[in-house]
Amino acid sequence: MKGPTIDWAAISPLIALTTGACVVLMAGLLRPAFVRRAIVPGMTGATLGIAVGLGIWQWGENVSVISGALRIDDLTLALLMIFAAGALAATVLSGRSLAAVEAGQGEYHALLLIAVLGMVVLAGATNLVSLFIGFELLSIPLYVMCATELRRATSLESGLKYLIVGSLGSAVLLYGLALLYGATGSTDFAAIAEAAGGVEDDVLFLTAIALIVVGLAFKASVAPFHQWTPDVYEGAPTPVTAFMAVATKAAAFGVLLRLFDTALIGAADVWGPAFATLAVFTIVVGNVGAIGQSSVKRMLAYSSVAQAGYMLVGVVVSTRLGASALVFYLIGYTVMNLAAFAVVVARERETPYGDDLRALHGLGAQRPWLAWPLTIAMLSLAGFPATAGFFGKIYLIEAAVDNQYTFLGVAIVLGSALSLAYYLRVVAAVWLAAPDESPAPAPLVPAIAGGSQEADDEAGIRQRLVGSEQLEVVILAVVCAIATVGLGIYPEPLLDVAKDAGAALTGLL
Amino acid sequence: MQLTIHLSLLLFWPLALAVLGATGPRRAAPAIALVGALVPLGYAIVLLFDYVPGKGGLQYVTDDAWIDALGIRYKLGVDGLNLWLVALTALLFAAAALWVFLRPVERPRLFTFHLALAETAVLGAFLAQDLALFVLFFDLMLVPFYFLVGQWGSGARAEVVAATYKLIIYTLVGSLLMLAGAVATAVLSADGGPVSFVLTDLVEADLGVSTQRWIFTAFALAFLIKMPLFPFHGWMPDAYRTMPLPVLAIFSGVLSKVAAYGFLRIVLPLFPDAAKDFQSLILILALLSIIYGSAQAFTQTNARLVLGYSSVAQLGFIVLGVFALDPEGRGAQGAILQMVNHGLVVAPLFLIIVLLSERSNGSEDITQMSGLAFRGPVLASLFLIVALATLAMPGAANFVGEFLILLGLFETKLAIAVIAFTGVVLASVYMLRLFIRTMHNRPREGTESREISVGDALVIVPLVLAILAFALYPQAALTASEPAVKAAVQEVVR
Repeated sequence: MKGPTIDWAAISPLIALTTGACVVLMAGLLRPAFVRRAIVPGMTGATLGIAVGLGIWQWGENVSVISGALRIDDLTLALLMIFAAGALAATVLSGRSLAAVEAGQGEYHALLLIAVLGMVVLAGATNLVSLFIGFELLSIPLYVMCATELRRATSLESGLKYLIVGSLGSAVLLYGLALLYGATGSTDFAAIAEAAGGVEDDVLFLTAIALIVVGLAFKASVAPFHQWTPDVYEGAPTPVTAFMAVATKAAAFGVLLRLFDTALIGAADVWGPAFATLAVFTIVVGNVGAIGQSSVKRMLAYSSVAQAGYMLVGVVVSTRLGASALVFYLIGYTVMNLAAFAVVVARERETPYGDDLRALHGLGAQRPWLAWPLTIAMLSLAGFPATAGFFGKIYLIEAAVDNQYTFLGVAIVLGSALSLAYYLRVVAAVWLAAPDESPAPAPLVPAIAGGSQEADDEAGIRQRLVGSEQLEVVILAVVCAIATVGLGIYPEPLLDVAKDAGAALTGLL
Repeated sequence: MQLTIHLSLLLFWPLALAVLGATGPRRAAPAIALVGALVPLGYAIVLLFDYVPGKGGLQYVTDDAWIDALGIRYKLGVDGLNLWLVALTALLFAAAALWVFLRPVERPRLFTFHLALAETAVLGAFLAQDLALFVLFFDLMLVPFYFLVGQWGSGARAEVVAATYKLIIYTLVGSLLMLAGAVATAVLSADGGPVSFVLTDLVEADLGVSTQRWIFTAFALAFLIKMPLFPFHGWMPDAYRTMPLPVLAIFSGVLSKVAAYGFLRIVLPLFPDAAKDFQSLILILALLSIIYGSAQAFTQTNARLVLGYSSVAQLGFIVLGVFALDPEGRGAQGAILQMVNHGLVVAPLFLIIVLLSERSNGSEDITQMSGLAFRGPVLASLFLIVALATLAMPGAANFVGEFLILLGLFETKLAIAVIAFTGVVLASVYMLRLFIRTMHNRPREGTESREISVGDALVIVPLVLAILAFALYPQAALTASEPAVKAAVQEVVR
């Protein structure tokens, strides 16, 4: 008897991530503090590096694996790079954070790797079942990670909120997937695509699409399903927020692209207008919501909602150009957001103001190496030229105009104009404001009487941070800023990547 | 074979040296920045002499693939439209760099870096022959000015920040719409084929009239806000009040010209039908700007605002010339000449205001100034020359410019030309008022008439000499610009 052929090479990134997660979890159980503090994050980084390396090795192969349940193509692999970049940044940023200590280094990093694994499965899913597995595999670790700062009420609140809202989203999505199966009689994307033409007016089919849109919109924080985003982003430990902001978003858009632009492409007339409306609505809601936020993390949360609106345009146009534009925008979005979050993390630890805008006052004079990356990130998010955001927007607008969605292109630029109000507020705080001298608010974490291991750790971390330059955070911010500018001056190589990724969606023009 | 690197050198030299200066020692920064600004000036002067007038088309073209996936090319070139504007830019930035070198500023490394970034951006906008490249540089211009106004602006902190916001949001709203318009132009011109942003390709394509109309609106809005023209000048008073004066000299002298130049380089050739449709509307706006700007200029007492509103009026003239659309292209030629003229006069005027306010207890209010000519005959003479040039005294190049503009306009829109004539008279009213209020009469209490210092003269005298030279031989700019201007206008008139 012959077993099924398994394409080990194609699924090797998945295997690397799974193995890495297990090894990291085990290593976290070892006694010496050195192992937990240095080896575990190191191994996490190595795992991500190996996964990316294997991904590069498999570039251009474009194969379906596991009897058509997953597709490891350039789109999946391009997104894998984004997930890995986000996770790597989160690892670096967690190096001195309480979150990783309190959760136990091993568990924290293993959850991170499993979330990445879930994202890859989600982005590669070509079957409703693997789609849902990936969806849950990415969501559940994130619920836990949001709540890892055990002693901070807002962190727990954030985890709980995310769990409740996320579960609702999952339930709605699952309902939609079930109805889609009912309407088309298949869970396979290709088969659904074939059947979709015949059932376009079927109520079951339309309901399925509506529910799926809602379920995925929750995850991608598309308005009006975005309400959890500011609270969760604000409450979660900042390294986790950074990871969620870039990687979760990329994963959600990956699955939107693959599901709607391949399986449901035949029904584009049905969901196209709906998505276009959602995109405009999201752009407005995100940009208006961000104005006037004094917490930088909340501001970045609303900004991520607005950015989701821009990216949705790439899905709506349902062309390869749109898919490529979306992937390129995601790459740029990743580097500019990571630069911003790195600076927020550094300032949270250096000043008593947490993530309040006041923590950034006078940054330009005090810490130019943090001020410039943040400035570049903000200008890039606003779409200024010579940054990644500029070409990202040009590309998206080009895709929109190309497929007769000119009004979406106009919506993008009007949204960007609106967004200046809050992005420039950050830049103004950095360069134009004097350092805040008003008395610091009381520390959020009350001292705990009676020693515990965690409290000692906490004190130890605070000790280690005193007078520290947080070099690794600064380096991360600077590298991301250089990448942002680099993409704004010579985007060609990554445009090729984006083009390959877009070309992987075979059903499109 | 011709080297194609010249324009790239011209373009990126200031920025390269600024990066060097920003990372070097604090005290060396202004000197390095000065070198960064003088070399492009030398380059631009050589370019003026080396340029072959009368030959159509672009010269010194650099054309390299840049972003193939988006159809964007790195294409630079010089022709009659931008030759003199490039020289003007190099001159004014060199003057500002010299000024900063002689009069140290706070945080000189950052200041000179932003100034040089601005120079590269402005030169880029003038030289770009690819629509996306133009938009890129056009938007990039804002970034350094945001910091220059915000960090070095004068006045209360809150006011400065508010002024910065107004400046950026006003101008960027226009610019972003232009971005959408530019992408739409390229994609729709391609009509399913490979997308190209190169201007010469886009001129070939024919867009439908309705498409042209909305794209024209987007571009016109961006340019009119940038100039600014009435009623889009809302950001101007606050920004002018707070901007450091050497920066303001550049801002008023060059940035507004980029917008006016944009009409000639992009709007007329690319959207000819829409330009014809909107001609009357734009002309009326220009006319209103002349009247409103002049009226404001002789009621304001803040010297910066007098000049600010006078610029609104002058830009009104320039736009009149651009949209005269006479077949000979006289109006547009006058407009180009007037762009250079206005840049040449407004920059020394703002620098002179620095000197005047230093002699009047730091006040920039002309009611606080009086009798400053008393012990400063050289300063007074320099000011008088510039003032007379500004009000288009016959003999000055400004006279030729305004004359050509009105000549062009007479052919096509007689009524508007007649009203515009009054603008010429108004200009002499506000300029003479500025001069008499500040220089004549008895010195007031608190004012101190002093001669111009050698250092300040070192900056202002060359600018005045440039005005005089140009007054003697405006033909140089006219012969160079003729073929290019005709080509641009012919697209519409045809």
